[in-house]
Amino acid sequence: MAIALVLVLVVVGSVAFHLLSPWWWTPIASNWSYIDHTLIITFWITGAVFAAVVLFTAYCVWRFRHREGARAAYEPENRRVELWLTGLTAVGVAAMLAPGLVVWHRFITVPEDAADVEVVAQQWLWSYRLPGEDGALGRSDAALISLDNPLGVVPDDPAGADDVIIEAGDLHLPVDRPVRMLLRSVDVLHNFYVPEFRGKMDMVPGMITFFWFTPTRTGEFEVLCAELCGVGHGFMRGYVYVDDEADYQAWLAEQLTFAELAQPIRVGAAEPMD
Amino acid sequence: MVDVPQQSAPAVPPPAETADVHPPDAATWWGRWVFSQDAKYIALQYAGTAVGIGLVALVLSWLMRLQLGFPGTFDFITPEAYYQFVTMHGMIMVVYLLTALFLGGFGNYLIPLMVGARDMVFPFVNMLSYWVYLLAVLVLAASFFAPGGPTGAGWTLYPPQAILGGTPGGQQAGILLMLVSLILFIIGFTMGGLNYVVTVLQARTRGMTLMRMPLTVWGIFTATVMALLAFPALFVASVMMLFDRLLGTSFFMPALVEMGEQLSYGGGSPILFQHLFWFFGHPEVYIVALPAFGIVSDLISVHARKNIFGYRMMVWAIVVIGALSFVVWAHHMYVSGMNPYFGFFFATTTLIIAVPTAIKVYNWLLTLWRGDIHLTLPMLFALAFIVTFVNGGLTGLFLGNVVVDVPLSDTMFVVAHFHMVMGVAPVLVIYGAIYHWYPKITGRLMNEAMGQFHFWVTFVGAYAIFFPMHYVGLVGVPRRYFELGEVAFVTTPVDGLNAFITVAALVVGFAQMVFLFNFLWSLRHGRPAGGNPWRAASLEWQTPETPPGHGNWGHDLPVVYRWAYDYSVPGAPQDFIAQNDPWPGRPAERRA
Repeated sequence: MAIALVLVLVVVGSVAFHLLSPWWWTPIASNWSYIDHTLIITFWITGAVFAAVVLFTAYCVWRFRHREGARAAYEPENRRVELWLTGLTAVGVAAMLAPGLVVWHRFITVPEDAADVEVVAQQWLWSYRLPGEDGALGRSDAALISLDNPLGVVPDDPAGADDVIIEAGDLHLPVDRPVRMLLRSVDVLHNFYVPEFRGKMDMVPGMITFFWFTPTRTGEFEVLCAELCGVGHGFMRGYVYVDDEADYQAWLAEQLTFAELAQPIRVGAAEPMD
Repeated sequence: MVDVPQQSAPAVPPPAETADVHPPDAATWWGRWVFSQDAKYIALQYAGTAVGIGLVALVLSWLMRLQLGFPGTFDFITPEAYYQFVTMHGMIMVVYLLTALFLGGFGNYLIPLMVGARDMVFPFVNMLSYWVYLLAVLVLAASFFAPGGPTGAGWTLYPPQAILGGTPGGQQAGILLMLVSLILFIIGFTMGGLNYVVTVLQARTRGMTLMRMPLTVWGIFTATVMALLAFPALFVASVMMLFDRLLGTSFFMPALVEMGEQLSYGGGSPILFQHLFWFFGHPEVYIVALPAFGIVSDLISVHARKNIFGYRMMVWAIVVIGALSFVVWAHHMYVSGMNPYFGFFFATTTLIIAVPTAIKVYNWLLTLWRGDIHLTLPMLFALAFIVTFVNGGLTGLFLGNVVVDVPLSDTMFVVAHFHMVMGVAPVLVIYGAIYHWYPKITGRLMNEAMGQFHFWVTFVGAYAIFFPMHYVGLVGVPRRYFELGEVAFVTTPVDGLNAFITVAALVVGFAQMVFLFNFLWSLRHGRPAGGNPWRAASLEWQTPETPPGHGNWGHDLPVVYRWAYDYSVPGAPQDFIAQNDPWPGRPAERRA
């Protein structure tokens, strides 16, 4: 009978751990509290099902344990019970799926006023590019990547000249303004992951992926890589600072554009570079 | 067409085929144990090899847990070594242990016996299947000794990193040996798999209709069909990646810059590999799960002395799950950068698959209901399976529900989920199955006291490992991290929890040594079991000899009169009626 008791303890222990243990998600810093809510709904539904199934198992084990001379019932099937259970399960599944799909639609629908921020990953550091005053990022091409053009910005594209380049540095974002993170990798798969923002997306060489969010509180947030990218994977860190408008503008004013970065190298070089 | 449950026993059929069987290999020790063509011996060869390489994976899991639980303590665990441990542990467990043991081990042993056949239909191909599998395992093991060691690309082997220098073994032999080993495995499996399918379809004995087969056979049969359809995707992906690595093709390689150097690749798609991998990889989950579903159904039924509840529904659930599992693969890729609109489709299909899966769980519970539950070791493991499988299945509803997956993907929550659902749960079934069928294979029962110790430590310990791990992931700790260090988003440190998990993993690992000892010790000292110690109804327990001889059935093949679940039939002389028992009485009220 120990097993019936242990099954009950498994349920009690699991629920107690869930409610009482200090380990829980980190406080959110973006607009994606919808995701947290959907997760909570899922926790409640699945938790109730888990408790019901395991407690029912424990009850059966205790109630129908072998006794001398006992015989099991003979009941090959019961259409009514099976249909009811199937129907209830379908309802429960739909109750989780429906809000999930609604929130997913929001997650992939970027608002019109979202500002573009490009994140460029390579083994094992983060770089960023902001669109500059024209609000548009210049085109990029992995084939153009070199020491003096580390992000492979296409020099002929006029939109690229005023792009702000942050090579192997930290990103600043203004609070309460939606951003579309355009994600690019120059070598292998990476994943831009800031736990407080809830969103994440792989970065794939050869294509540009995206996700969007609105930072909702200022502060310093750690960036981690969440897709295995080689031995340095666990050490590929950086920081995102969410600033109020004044701090953000002050920081932005200190950054160099693609044109500014390219200029001094050409002046100082013995021969013109192409 | 469907004849279970039946209204009445068929008229006594004519005698079954009586051809004598003289297997070509049975005469000598070498022929029996090495170049065996008897499915039962091939099964033992498969199982022994799978467990052997599985022990390597077990040790690797200890090493990786030592790093996670006590970072910085063990100098020999470098980041390179850590990723190699992770990769090889995962690949061995999923492919070389679980797939090989369920299909090559249990499939070979049980299919012919359970359907009343003398052997697999192509014994020679069956032998070749094992030898190619062994070769695959040896090639895989060789990578531990190759320069640079085995690949550290993660078991998913995602390019481009899998074949580049920043990954252990990427520019050395590691990844090559891994890909070659997978290709060999698939060749070997295809030979075995065709055997299992054709045997089930063509070699069932008289009276053994499809809808009278034990669910174990249904599970293994469906899983084999799925594997035959899914493994080719991995096969071509492996060949294409080999070409990318060796011949300079660019199937999976776009133009890229590695450490400042332009590589000569261009135009390929890393996501194409992910689609191919998961087109194999998701069905693979069910290739492991369906045999476990089938076996656990039989364990519960036999040891609760009650027919499996809703047999027809159980069969259809297996078939439907198998079919659906081919249209859910991209739920592994919600944050891969694929077209985000795919998320709607794959989240919907993924959650739909929960319905037939839930039906199976309900039917196991309803089999226990009003049963006569004997708390034998197989029953204990079956109960533990229900707990861990339900737990792991429910967390699948988090990860399958596309937007909920976004914060959780690539965290330890995923690791906890898939270990619970396709690691712990199927392994518990394997143990239950071994305790259950050991007497048929050896003629002896395994030691009960050691078995109890093994059960309690394994069940409670495994739950203690993987339940808290979900919360490590919920906190935000990413998976595949050599060392997280101190980070601001972890508001309550998880170090203590990680150390606890590691200690639990070491303890559970130790308990497996007790199991191995029991397995060997009982060969000689176990209590003699007789032919049918559990008083089970399915055919494998009705063989004239135990262990069954070559050809399984002596002179006459058995004739089957009923399904495999006639337990506690009202009016029957005992609480089970063997499938080959022509007892004519059938209760009239059976179709409720």
